[in-house]
Amino acid sequence: MKSILPRLLASVLVFCTLTASAAPQILRKGNGPEVETLDPHKAEGVSAANVLRDLYEGLITERPDATLTAGAAESWTLSDDRLTYTFTLRRDAKWSNGDPVTAEDFVAGLRRSADPATGSNYSQILAPIANAEAVIEGKLPPDQLAVTAVDPHTLTIRLKGPTAYFLGLLVHSSTYPIHRASLAKFGTAFAQPGNLVTNGAYRLVQRVVQSHILLERNPYYWDNAHTSIDQVQYLNTEDLNSEFKRFRAGELDWTYEVPASQGAWIRANLPEMYKVHTYLGVYYYGFNVTRPPFKDNPKLRRALTLAIDRKIICEKVQGLGEQPADSWVPPGTIGHRTAKAQWSGWNREQSLAEARRLYKEAGYSEENPARVEILYNTHENHKKVATAIAAMWKQWLGVDAVLVNEEWKVYLQTRRLKARTEVFRAGWIGDYNDANSFLEILHSKHGLNDQGYSNPRYDELIEKAAVEGDPAVREQLQHDAEALLMEDLPVIPIYFYVTKRLVSPRVTGWEGNIMDHHHTRYMRLQ
Amino acid sequence: MNKVETALAVAAAAPVGRSLWADARRRLFANRAALLSIVVLVLMVLLIVLGPMFSPWTYDYIDFDGIWRAPPQTEGMHFFGTDQLGRDLFVRTLVGGRISLMVGIVATLVSLLIGVAYGATAGYFGGRIDGLMMRGVDILYALPFMFLVILLMVVFGRHLVLIFVAIGAINWLDMARIVRGQTLALKNREFVMAARASGVSNGRIIRRHIIPNLLGVVMVYVTLTIPQVILVESFLSFLGLGVQEPATSWGALVNEGARDMDAAPWALIFPATFLAVTLFCFNFIGDGLRDALDPKDR
Amino acid sequence: MLRLALLRFASAVPTLLLLLVLAFFMMRAAPGGPFDTERSLPPEILAKLEQAYHLDEPLWKQFARYIGGAVQGDLGPSFQYSDFTVNQLILQGLPVSLRVGLGAMVLALFVGCAAGIVAALRHNRFSDYAVMTLAMTGMSIPVFVIAPLLILLFAVTLGWLPAGGWQDGGLRDMALPVVALALPQIAILARLMRGSMIEVLNSNYIRTARAKGLATRTVILRHALRPALMPVLSYLGPASAGIITGSVVIEQIFGIPGIGRYFVQAALNRDYTLVMGVVVFYGTLIILFNFLVDMLYGVLDPRVRAE
Repeated sequence: MKSILPRLLASVLVFCTLTASAAPQILRKGNGPEVETLDPHKAEGVSAANVLRDLYEGLITERPDATLTAGAAESWTLSDDRLTYTFTLRRDAKWSNGDPVTAEDFVAGLRRSADPATGSNYSQILAPIANAEAVIEGKLPPDQLAVTAVDPHTLTIRLKGPTAYFLGLLVHSSTYPIHRASLAKFGTAFAQPGNLVTNGAYRLVQRVVQSHILLERNPYYWDNAHTSIDQVQYLNTEDLNSEFKRFRAGELDWTYEVPASQGAWIRANLPEMYKVHTYLGVYYYGFNVTRPPFKDNPKLRRALTLAIDRKIICEKVQGLGEQPADSWVPPGTIGHRTAKAQWSGWNREQSLAEARRLYKEAGYSEENPARVEILYNTHENHKKVATAIAAMWKQWLGVDAVLVNEEWKVYLQTRRLKARTEVFRAGWIGDYNDANSFLEILHSKHGLNDQGYSNPRYDELIEKAAVEGDPAVREQLQHDAEALLMEDLPVIPIYFYVTKRLVSPRVTGWEGNIMDHHHTRYMRLQ
Repeated sequence: MNKVETALAVAAAAPVGRSLWADARRRLFANRAALLSIVVLVLMVLLIVLGPMFSPWTYDYIDFDGIWRAPPQTEGMHFFGTDQLGRDLFVRTLVGGRISLMVGIVATLVSLLIGVAYGATAGYFGGRIDGLMMRGVDILYALPFMFLVILLMVVFGRHLVLIFVAIGAINWLDMARIVRGQTLALKNREFVMAARASGVSNGRIIRRHIIPNLLGVVMVYVTLTIPQVILVESFLSFLGLGVQEPATSWGALVNEGARDMDAAPWALIFPATFLAVTLFCFNFIGDGLRDALDPKDR
Repeated sequence: MLRLALLRFASAVPTLLLLLVLAFFMMRAAPGGPFDTERSLPPEILAKLEQAYHLDEPLWKQFARYIGGAVQGDLGPSFQYSDFTVNQLILQGLPVSLRVGLGAMVLALFVGCAAGIVAALRHNRFSDYAVMTLAMTGMSIPVFVIAPLLILLFAVTLGWLPAGGWQDGGLRDMALPVVALALPQIAILARLMRGSMIEVLNSNYIRTARAKGLATRTVILRHALRPALMPVLSYLGPASAGIITGSVVIEQIFGIPGIGRYFVQAALNRDYTLVMGVVVFYGTLIILFNFLVDMLYGVLDPRVRAE
């Protein structure tokens, strides 16, 4: 088996290469769960973002390594008070039906995104723009958003305060332009095949829900001459094991993920196709600090944090290259100096000794164990991690740990209500490459703070950092905020995500990057 | 019970009953497949109940250094190897069997209870009541019940009791139909007429005369339903709606094993074998019982 | 016959209504709503959305609105796939599900019946035991074990067939899912067919036919097959339900864009309208199918025809 498979795979690949030279080049990408919508201002999931990245182009776009570069705007300037950006749009930028892309299209897109009537999940990402919050809350009409088309090729955006990461937000789909004529004509059906008009390197050909989305190159795209791949097929691959088998059968060039249990097999048999890269995300467990047993009980929180052996979770439970987390903000975040927890680098004996001491001090013992309920949403991987963590707490501390799994929507509600939760699993992927994307979700007023964590000093630190213009001061503020978090421990960071996928060797021109953003227009097929 | 009634009951049971049951037992034991199945099933139950005692492991203990140990692991006492978290598969398979069998039996009993009560009532009263009640069954037959079960699990979360009730609720329809048919035939038999003539109440006749005579059919049905229910549970496990970890069932184990079948085949083979053998046994016993009780063959 | 048909049609209405009521209120009783996402929506946006989808109205009114639409053939917009209406989604998924489902049904009928007849003719001989053991195995191994095994063998190792997906919906795409879906039904049908065939073969008129010296082939095809098919026929209703249920698993494992998969996803995502749409659709399908089976029964069985 071992020796046949790679050879078999190789022959399949050779076959593919031979046939590919005649037919149009088509790249087949596994794209995980179903894309819920191709409306850029309503899309929420990673799957949708992947497709939209090929379909649309924002003012700013990314290079293969996800660093920022000129997109639909060929240049821009920032005013001296760091509050007003002026973008100059490319004159040759065109929509997929040949219409020119104008500043008005971007204004319309941004307004639509902020308009509460659109129902965007990501409108809050526009918050740094002046008046955006009032528009989102419905207190101001959308045309009051501080975005202006000076002329068809000049666009200004005025900010609420200096925002260091603002340009990074402009690669997000909620800032994409909208083709006004087709939106007006088709209404909610504008994103269907045949109706959708986009300004990116590709355009929509076919969309079969629960199966695939087919894109072809957009002949009107300004850089079409440098695009190599003719068609991209995004396949729905909800079931990772099925995806893995399809890759092995040569039906996919690129997978969305890799089933955790196949890690060892893959590293032994397909090492050259296995691609891992750090990812801007943290997998964590949250404590509900508004209720016992974790309310005002830092010792128990700390004991439980220390009793998790992250190395085991990463190496044995996950085994695909995840990094143990002893801080909150993922390594590789631009302009961030990590504040590691005090226990960073301790070995298991040390951590466990301290954990047991704290557990006892918090008033628990063998006769009087802490009873802890771990909530997680239904998912193979979360189940595995939760089972392992429960066993660590149980076997090493004597905690009476109980697992509860709920499916996603129920879990979200339970979490939000904070009435029953004790410990819950969670994960966060940064929307943009800045520590703020991670730190802000623990602000006492943030919608995602389901821990109920509220420390005025923490709030003050990140509020200050958000509008600080001096990079050095900002870095210090964010560093201090993270350090405070590692002291208070409303959350247990467990590991930093990695992106992991199988990529056929015939795909070139792409680079692993921390955002896991990959534009098909840079890729080539051999 | 008054004297007349007792006499009637005995009269009803004696000539038909005793010889029928004795006969049936003889036929059943003459059926080698069924007999072997009974023996295997008894052994299986014993193993499931007592087996975990002979292992030093518990079903939820994680040995972080012993992930995916292939069997046989005699020195580690992992007879069936370990799973993706280093838990002992021998104990997990047996403990999972407890849940699967329990779900199978309890859910079948639920459907039995509803089905027999409903079917016997409809059949006994006949006429318009029967028509109405059976129309109701027809209506329910057309419901995509599995979908409703999925909705139920989504709505109310995964309690074991709910699984019993939900699965039981799907299966009672067949039972009701079968029982009704039998009752229709039974109610015109002499002993029932005699009971009615001597003024025994309807409820009593159903309980004392009709239901005991349905036992044969019901037993066949029960043995054939249990394996179906076990499969339904495994289906729910596949959809992620099964029992809560760290507890497990054969369905859940087989599902996990199927996922990693090329990396750790033993994690599939052992639970799948247990599951398949058990279903085999129930089906063979059911077949044997049906043959043994079928009056046509006599 | 006509009376029976009319009666069946009349009972379809309360059936569907009951189904709608059950599905509608169960769905609404589920915690969480279609617009619950991890980053919670600002209340203003949520309010606007709920207004747009009429979720702010009292439940009975929403139900009445839904029924009103459904009667006119409008199943509403999908909450989850906001680019499409439920009608569009079902129209997209239906041909796929139908092809796989009907394919499995036909395959199960032919193979199942043939195997059953063979077993009956060779009653208590080797081929009988072989067929029955295989059938029993088919009934005892869950589909989600058989399907990955098929993929591993025919797609990954041999490379004959695709491991999943639905490229053009041709035979290559259909082969593995249809077989996986049909296997358990083949097993059940083979057992049924065998049982009824044995019974028929032992009946007096077949003995007479044989005694007259008719060829076995003629006896089977002319005289035995029709009566022996009756129990098989009455199983077709449950079989169709089984295939629909199985399709949920099969569609997920093979990544096929059918309706069964919509259902689970929609239920989990609280896509109220899509759940209702699929339930109504499958409900109608099952009713229709049972109706057809009843009619067929009437055609084949002279006793029912006479009534």
